[in-house]
Amino acid sequence: MWLYIAKRVLYAIPIALGVSIICFSLVYLAPGDPIQSLIPPDASDEDIAAIRRLYGFDKPVVFQYFDWLARAVTGDLGTSLQSNRPVLNEVTRAFGNTLMIAVAAVIVAFVLATIFGTLAAFNLGKPVDKVATSISTLGVSIPNYWMGIVLVILFSVQWRLLPATGMGGDGSDGFSWFEWDQARYAILPMVTMAMIPLGVVTRSTRSAVADTLSQDYVQLLRAKGLGEGRVVLHALRNALPQMLAVMGLQLGYLIGGSILIETVFNWPGTGLVMSRAILTRDIPLLQGTILILALSFVAINLIVDLLQTLVDPRIKRS
Amino acid sequence: MSEMTTNPSLAVPAPGEDVPRGERRSYWGNVRERLRHDPVTLFFMAVIVAAVGTAVLAPWVAPHDPYATSMLARLRPIGTEGHILGTDELGRDMLSRLIWGARTSLLMGILPVVIAVAVGGLLGVIAGFMGGAVNMIVMRTMDVFYAFPSVLLAVAISGTLGGGMGSGLLALTLVFIPSLCRIAETAASQIRSLDFVDAARASGAPVHSIILTHVVGNVLPPVLIYASSLISVSILLAAGLSFLGLGVSPPTADWGQMLSSLRQGIYMQPLVCALPGLAILIVSLSFNLVSDGLRQAMDIKA
Repeated sequence: MWLYIAKRVLYAIPIALGVSIICFSLVYLAPGDPIQSLIPPDASDEDIAAIRRLYGFDKPVVFQYFDWLARAVTGDLGTSLQSNRPVLNEVTRAFGNTLMIAVAAVIVAFVLATIFGTLAAFNLGKPVDKVATSISTLGVSIPNYWMGIVLVILFSVQWRLLPATGMGGDGSDGFSWFEWDQARYAILPMVTMAMIPLGVVTRSTRSAVADTLSQDYVQLLRAKGLGEGRVVLHALRNALPQMLAVMGLQLGYLIGGSILIETVFNWPGTGLVMSRAILTRDIPLLQGTILILALSFVAINLIVDLLQTLVDPRIKRS
Repeated sequence: MSEMTTNPSLAVPAPGEDVPRGERRSYWGNVRERLRHDPVTLFFMAVIVAAVGTAVLAPWVAPHDPYATSMLARLRPIGTEGHILGTDELGRDMLSRLIWGARTSLLMGILPVVIAVAVGGLLGVIAGFMGGAVNMIVMRTMDVFYAFPSVLLAVAISGTLGGGMGSGLLALTLVFIPSLCRIAETAASQIRSLDFVDAARASGAPVHSIILTHVVGNVLPPVLIYASSLISVSILLAAGLSFLGLGVSPPTADWGQMLSSLRQGIYMQPLVCALPGLAILIVSLSFNLVSDGLRQAMDIKA
């Protein structure tokens, strides 16, 4: 098992390098001279020359990449063109805000999906199952940015219960899920975010639990007179590694794909940073945000794989 | 030879079942038979056909010019005389814009998947069939693209390129290639070592004809089934990109773009503003359910 863990950790390194190459090449993908995308349009000739030297645009691309990588590893992701602040600072502050609603969304989705999926698996083909299956199909088919707008129409416009956008007066500094004054801003974005994982996890819980229930040993447990409650626990324990894997992946998707929901709710997370960077053609900020988000996705995948091995040591993959 | 292309595990008459020779149905005949008894899938297939048909026939079925603005008739409610689904923030007829918007939205949903099936499928078959270094290079490259959540990769590419339909198309295609490549590679490498391919190779069949007749024939069903489930994702993502302002440029009608520009009207006409999203939901739901139905009919595990 330790060998597998070591292999898995080592394997993440080339992936992370590949991710960094893609992020690096984004600057070259942008239309026009790459330097144009790195400087404000009113920069003087001396400034342009200085930046050209700083970024090493006079050197071959491979050297440019390694220079960039060396700086990125030390946390220097360049400076935002708009705010003139280091990209890393901008991204880390926003990252916390995204993480806050993404983690809450995943927890809510996980709890509900476990209940729905288990109920469905114990009642295959019955109305309960049909409802749970419909929820999971709806969860993966609904455009969640639209659902966000619908929730705003209902809860903010019609019933005036919750704020439509933003994060409240204190911003990210004093945010707490346990103070209504702040938490109420996060409820709609969080509920909207929870929709997709709810659909996906309900589906996988249903099939994992149904799979366990069809095993011979469950028959034995029942024959021995074990109550249905204990059978549920057994079934869930065996479905756990698979659910964990799906859950981790979903958290990664939520963090990486938060741009749509954060745009709807004006939630100051990484997605809003990206969408601002795209609008203002702030390529260093866009590049840095994408790099951090993609690397965190690689890290989440790694952690989930390792956790899965710990929960169920039988899982040994090549 | 042609009988060998059918994967034995997919042959339908159960072992021991006595089927008269003349009435033996083909694999596809069985699929059709199962679909005939699945009203849900058939219904949503009809919805898709209707949506695609309306999109194709937009110039003839749309009641109004989708670009004709009217400052006096802005944000009219559903059921207004002459504008059955109301008007948008510039007084344009909603029904006509939804019909015209189906063109871009469906095109952006289907085209990237079609291109990705061709490119990803080909790469996967080559990687799976050749094995060795070729497999390593192709599959490890795919792993890197896999390390991006799909929304992030799509936004990264089309956002850097500055938006527009072409960059959205490119971005979505690149998002779908890795997963399709993986599925094709798995299927192709499983088949590579099967007896009938060995037999074909031993009998001196050239490599490209083995790939064409045997590998493609067995790889195509799982790839197509997975691709059909991607269309719904692609529609959601494409509309999402135009919602962010990265899709077609106004005034071209597109559901995602309409959803975004109508947001200013949610305080006046919430129902009208919700319509483009409803259109996206119906189409994406239909593709999802049809894909599920096809998977069952074709007897392929997810």
